[in-house]
Parts: sequence; structure tokens; C-alpha cells
Amino acid sequence: MNQHAPPAELPLPLTARHAVLEFKADLSFGERNRQAVEDLRAGLALWRLSCALAWLDIRLRYRGSMLGPFWLTLSTGIMVAMLGFLYAKLFKVDPRAYLPFLALSQVLWAFMGTLVAEACSTYIDMVGIIRSVRMPMSVFAARTVVRNILVLGHNVVVIVVVFAVFNTWPGWHAVLAIPGLLLWLIVSLSLTMLLGSLCARFRDIAPIVNSLMQIAFFITPVIWRPEQLGDYQFLLPFNPFYNLLEIVRAPLLGEHVAPSTWLIALGFSAALCVVSWMFFVRARGRLAFWV
Amino acid sequence: MNTEASIEIGGVSVSFPLYHGSARSLKKTVAMAATGRLGADTHRRTVVRALSDVGFTLSRGDRLGLVGSNGAGKTTLLRTLAGIYEPVVGHVRVQGSVTALLDTSLGMNVDMNGRENILLRGLFNGLPRSALPQLERDVAEFAELGDFLDLPVRMYSAGMVVRLGFALATALRPQILLMDEWFLAGDANFLEKAKFRLEEMVRGAEILVLSTHSMDIIRTWCTRVIWLDQGYIRADGPTEEVLAQYLAESGAD
Repeated sequence: MNQHAPPAELPLPLTARHAVLEFKADLSFGERNRQAVEDLRAGLALWRLSCALAWLDIRLRYRGSMLGPFWLTLSTGIMVAMLGFLYAKLFKVDPRAYLPFLALSQVLWAFMGTLVAEACSTYIDMVGIIRSVRMPMSVFAARTVVRNILVLGHNVVVIVVVFAVFNTWPGWHAVLAIPGLLLWLIVSLSLTMLLGSLCARFRDIAPIVNSLMQIAFFITPVIWRPEQLGDYQFLLPFNPFYNLLEIVRAPLLGEHVAPSTWLIALGFSAALCVVSWMFFVRARGRLAFWV
Repeated sequence: MNTEASIEIGGVSVSFPLYHGSARSLKKTVAMAATGRLGADTHRRTVVRALSDVGFTLSRGDRLGLVGSNGAGKTTLLRTLAGIYEPVVGHVRVQGSVTALLDTSLGMNVDMNGRENILLRGLFNGLPRSALPQLERDVAEFAELGDFLDLPVRMYSAGMVVRLGFALATALRPQILLMDEWFLAGDANFLEKAKFRLEEMVRGAEILVLSTHSMDIIRTWCTRVIWLDQGYIRADGPTEEVLAQYLAESGAD
């Protein structure tokens, strides 16, 4: 047997099974929509690739460092401890009640904030791959989401430690956070797909989004409790971040979530998904030109 | 159920909209106006036309060479065939699994070692996990990287990167192979090996589309040549015929 010959036994790659590639001019919305559905389907079928890419991102970021991704845990932990005592003093509240709240809020917000920031560069950063091989675009969006979930996983340690130190366990009530987390997953993916393509087309979006997120951090009850707003509490439901945060945070603090909060969170998510999908259907074929 | 590979494109034009950077910089505008390739599309955006009304058909066993000066649209055409650029004018129909060797880095991550890159490439191609060790063995053997396989690709010489990329791409046995010229830049010994492996592949009645400036490579490997000039097909026919015209005009070899 000749050693230079390529092996014949390798199975055909997945991409070869749908091996007809066809493009025409002036596609109707329905045809574009079909292509977008196909992109999403193929992207989700490659979920192992998205996970591997996300995991490699984390490993490469911390390659050669001793603690590795646990630097994230450490820095979040130190920040929560410092801010916890500082704000407890400033707000004149009991650190034992405040710290578990802050640890949870801070870690959850860090996920949202970083996801939004990184969503903006989802496709732009992948220019090398996008221009050298045909890939479902949704793979890259899934990679950004999975990477941030991995970071969240490392930060959860901080929450667990703080809850253990202050012995505040939400008990079985905490499972009510699961539907909220599932909604977060959907919102994360559609937000990443929307911001990723928007930022590839309009380079001004990323800085705008980043400054908006900074404002959102202060107007959303992350470091302060909703009750502290007093008479102005009625304004909170208008902030989509508040509703999304609350559906996950409240059950984990052993608190009750108002049905209206869930309704607003669902309504906002549905609207986001529709907008994101409409844009994706239009943008998908053009992304290679934009990045 | 393996369908026969074929490529059919007609009336394809690809334009790049200039959204970012200095689309309206005076220098660029003047430079592009001078070559006559600056236009504006229906939304009055500035666009650069890379391909204009390109059409041809390829079937099983064809080996097509693309020639033309820099910026003639060779790489854009390869990317269009690979499905990376979706044209808005004309139609493209590519049947069969496609591998495009367009970029020296091939989506390789230079911070990862050779082994990790091989596994990642396998995942990119949707190979099942069980096929990955075999892919690694095959690529490692062909690329002759030895202990370098465990070092980051950043440490590799340019030749090693090419060998790894070539081994990866050819390990997957595409039905259609699209190749840009950089790819043949390996050392002489490797070129011999690469030729053997590629010929093996083309002999398996697949399609090869190759873009190059080297007339020797075209003469050895291609049975048909398309001469692209500023995005248009200037000539299309048997290798020697088109090369004679091309060389007469460009005066280079």
C-alpha cells in the first residue's frame, strides 16, 4: 500500500451530505428564509464544533497561566467581597443580607454585559474563517454564547461560596430559576446573532451598545435592591434587563417572581427573536462581504 | 449515494460594497476610476466589481486553471464556487462536497498546536468523533511534522504550515477541490508528494479548480484554462491555446 495515498475509509463529512449548493439572483423572502433555517439547523448540528471553539477560546485566553480560567472566579470573588462591604456601608444595610444578593446579581450581570459586548464582535473576529470556508453563520453565534456560559460556570463558584459563608440557601425554590435560564439561552443566541450582524455592517453600533450597557448597569437593580427605588419602582418593568434578571435572580434568592415580570420578559424575548430573525434572513448571505 | 460532482455558473457578477474605511477617500476614488472598475449600485453605494458576467460549466474529471493578473478576480471566483460569497447576480450551482484551499491559515489557530488544529478541522468538517484519531494519524504521517505536532502552529515554518494545511485538506477527499496558488509553495520534495496525493484525488474523477501565476503548474495539471481580466472572462479553452494568448499579451512566463 502506498503511504502517500489519502485514506479512503474516512467517512464523508456532514457537509457533503447536503452537497448541492445553489444560488440565484433576486431571492424571495421565503427562499431566503429557507436558507436561514438551513443555516440554523446546520449550525446546531455542529454543536460540538461550537463547544470546542468556545472551550478553546477560554483555554487560549489563559494559556500558560497557573490558575487558568479560575482567574475569572478569583477576580469576581475579590470584586464581590470588596464591593459588598463598601456598598453595605454606603447603603447602610447588613452585609450578611447584602453580600449574597450582590454576588448573585454581579455574576448574572457580568454574563449579560460580557455577552452583549462580545456579541458585537462575533462575526468580525471570525473574518479569517468566514472568508476561507463555508460555515453556517449560526456556529459562530453559538460559540460566543457557549463561551460566555463557560465563563458563567466558573463564576458560579463565587455565588456558592458566598451562599455557604452566609448560610443562605434558597432551597428547592431555586429550581424555579430553570425556566428563566432557558429563556436566557434563547435570548442570548438571538441577541448575539442580531448584534453580530448589525455590528459587522455598521461599525458604529459596537461603541454605542457598550455605552448603553454601562448606563443599563446603573439603572438596573444590580448593585441596589429594587425596593430602594421607593416610589419610582413602577418604572422598573419598563427596563427589559430588570425583568430578565429578576426571573433568574429572584428564585435563587428564595423570592417570588411576579407574573407580570415573566410576561414582560417573554414579550421582550419574543420581540427580540423576531427582529433578530428578520435581520438574519437578510444579512446571512451578505456577512462574508461585510466582515 | 454519491452524486456526481459538477459546477455550473452563469452570468455571475460579484461586487464588494465599500462600507468601511475610506470608501470616499479621494486617493482611492481616483485610483479606481482610473482602472474603470468603480461604480455605484442601485442604492448609490460605492461598489468594487470583482466578477462580471462569468459563466462556465465543469463536470467530472475537469481540471480548470485560472490565470490573470493580480486583482483579476481569481480568488473571488474560487470563493464564489466555495459558497463563501453568495452572488446577487447570476446563478451558481455546485454539486458535490467542496474543499477550498484559499487562505494560508485555513482557519488554523496559530496558538494551538498541530494536533489541536487537526481535531478542530475535523469538527469543522462535521466528522464524527470516531473518525478523528484516524484523521490525526493520516495528517501527521503525510505532513511529516514529527514532534512539531505538539508545538503551537505559530512556531512552524511557512513550509510546515503549508504541509499541514495540505494534509488536512486532502485527508478529507473532497469531490471538488478549489485551490489558490500559494498552496504550491512547499519545498521541492513536498511538491512531489503533494502532486502524487492530488493526482490521486483528481484521478478519482473529481473536479479541480486552480488559480496560479505559474505556467508550469498550469501546464502540468490543467486541461482547461480560463483567463480572467478585470473580472471578465477574456478567454476560455484548452490549456495551450489560452496560455498562448495570455502570454502573448502579458509577455511574462
